[in-house]
Amino acid sequence: MTELNIKMTKEIELLRLVTVGSVDDGKSTLIGRLLVDTKGAFEDQLLAVRKKKGTTHIASAAEIDLAMLTDGLSAEREQGITIDVAYRYFATPKRKFIMADCPGHEQYTRNMVTGASTAHAAIILIDARNGVLAQTKRHTHILGLLNIPHLIVAVNKMDLVDNDQNVFNQIRSDMKEYCAKQGINDLICLPMSALDGDMVAVRGDKMDWYKGETLLETLETLSALGGIDSKPFRMPVQLVNRPQTAELPDYRGFMGTIASGTVKVGDEVVSVPSGNTSTVKEIVTFDGNLEEAFAPQSVTLTLNDEIDVSRGDMLTHVGDKASDSKVLTANVCWIGDEPLTNRSKYVIKHTSNSVKAMVASIDFKTDIHTLDHLEDADELAMNEIGQITLKLMKPLHYDSYVDNRTTGSFIMIDTFTNNTVGAGMII
Amino acid sequence: MSEQKISEHRLTQLKALEAESIHIMREVVAEFRNPVMLYSVGKDSSVMLHLARKAFYPAPLPFSLLHVDTGYKFKEMYEFRDNYCKEVGADLIVKRNEDAIAKGVNPKEHGVARCCGALKTKGLLDALEEGEYDAAFGGARRDEERSRAKERVFSLRDEFGQWDPKDQRPELWSLYNGKIHDGESVRVFPISNWTEMDVWLYIREENIPIVPLYFAKERLMVERKNFLIPYYEETKDQLLEGEEPKMIMSRFRTLGCGPCTGAVHSDATNMDEIVIEAAAARRSERETRIIDHGSNSMEDKKKEGYF
Repeated sequence: MTELNIKMTKEIELLRLVTVGSVDDGKSTLIGRLLVDTKGAFEDQLLAVRKKKGTTHIASAAEIDLAMLTDGLSAEREQGITIDVAYRYFATPKRKFIMADCPGHEQYTRNMVTGASTAHAAIILIDARNGVLAQTKRHTHILGLLNIPHLIVAVNKMDLVDNDQNVFNQIRSDMKEYCAKQGINDLICLPMSALDGDMVAVRGDKMDWYKGETLLETLETLSALGGIDSKPFRMPVQLVNRPQTAELPDYRGFMGTIASGTVKVGDEVVSVPSGNTSTVKEIVTFDGNLEEAFAPQSVTLTLNDEIDVSRGDMLTHVGDKASDSKVLTANVCWIGDEPLTNRSKYVIKHTSNSVKAMVASIDFKTDIHTLDHLEDADELAMNEIGQITLKLMKPLHYDSYVDNRTTGSFIMIDTFTNNTVGAGMII
Repeated sequence: MSEQKISEHRLTQLKALEAESIHIMREVVAEFRNPVMLYSVGKDSSVMLHLARKAFYPAPLPFSLLHVDTGYKFKEMYEFRDNYCKEVGADLIVKRNEDAIAKGVNPKEHGVARCCGALKTKGLLDALEEGEYDAAFGGARRDEERSRAKERVFSLRDEFGQWDPKDQRPELWSLYNGKIHDGESVRVFPISNWTEMDVWLYIREENIPIVPLYFAKERLMVERKNFLIPYYEETKDQLLEGEEPKMIMSRFRTLGCGPCTGAVHSDATNMDEIVIEAAAARRSERETRIIDHGSNSMEDKKKEGYF
């Protein structure tokens, strides 16, 4: 590594990924493969999961149990399944990747929702022998609801179907048909064998009929991580900075992470819900004041007027305000042990705001296989998805989830157990 | 024009990680009554402390630093800790398991697991209980070790400080659930998503001071199996039979307790060389930490309350 390379390593962008699939589709093997092929795993970590005890040097990926590398909990290794989301890190000269490895086991769908919520891209693994399963559909539907910008379907274990192009074509057309039904048209499909490594980081020579990029090339070249800076400015206020020191007796700075858009010194801003307006005096950071800041930077703003702003409020540009309402309609993935029922009460955490809410109605439950809306549902059980309407104790200022993942999302918290039980996406 | 605008407004991955860490720290200060930052004097703690200074600038840190000391840290670490905390105006609390230290608990006689259990885990749990902290920041990273890869950013602990890896709260978007019952607490890991490489690159980029032991120098060392064990006059009775200290060009990739942390052969005397060495490393930094080498040890220790 040279001076130039250090500079490049520093300047690469971050891509958050999620991998999903059914049990035994080979997710852990794929991730193990990516870690080995990008040198994201160290030799001592590989030696710890070698198949043959006593080996002191790993010459090829075939010598290690790739799945053991990612199944970090003892219970997982005992049962041979992945229980919980694991986060893995690897980098190429072009990008750094944070990958959430999500369990495929049906009862752990909630972990998939967790891993997928922050992802820019999702890899959906399908076992070439099994084709598109109910669980694959469930996961794809959730990824669609979560509005993941890029979906990649990786048809794995091609070696077990003699690398047959027809098998791949059938799965690709099944997935395209399923996705089209819910308005997902941007789908990349590729064949691979994670165990052998074909089409992961290297092309291999067994699937010459496929002319597209390998998985890693695809991940390195996916477009547009950004774009949130061109949306309306939103900054939920996390804290008010009041040092009250001798040097800064009257300082009041509004601290937050810019959820979307950009803000400049002199911009006219409004604080909701109060509706008070002022102009931006300074954009303060430890590294010096900025003229302009953009999402997703964490900054502190000072204003030219003394207006009342506190945690839970949101700063936006005047004339570009978010919607506000005491009634919210949202898609919900239910992840709690106890089902969601009509009239039950929860705490909603939305940006830096927490508010009590009551379920006013369960509008429908989605049949995951047909995508039909079941309108007579009286509850949503764990892993079920539906649309609900919530009545709030006080109004929230929000955008629709398809426009803004930060100001359009919320979690539901059980008031008795304090557990996170629901993931909501505002319509 | 919009194309151009988007590229102007892109954060490098280090700046994206920085923004995420700052966001997490601010959420904790907003939602918890009495947070504290665990400060181990190592490079990850140095990065975490630097991020905390950024998060709350221009105000001073809104929480204290807590160093759970075992008495076995390298003397360079104590010097660095005291000087640096003074320099940045941090309020440093040092806690030790004095009972165990008075009894002379040590890894050679009592074994690494028992020594760590008494000096680190019990020392930490007692200090957290005494301080009535409801949130404790830690500088652990998910890339360090496979059970840590499964840890949440807000990691719930029961009233005994224990972790239940099979029943963790789902963590969605950047919405962290800070609701806890009386007696429960959270461990918060603001640099969860940083890798060892990110930490070194960031230290280099931001000129963050670190303990000089991280830089290569001719040091008096004892070679033991694959490890280099630093030799001090005060601890010469810990030498095994046949071991002879000699001057070796070496440095530490990770810092823990003297008796249980090894150094590596290295010529990296500045940050550029450390980054280059980290990029070429074939073995993980935790390999030089003896605590990790029992079967399943990190997960078991974490369940009991180990940091």
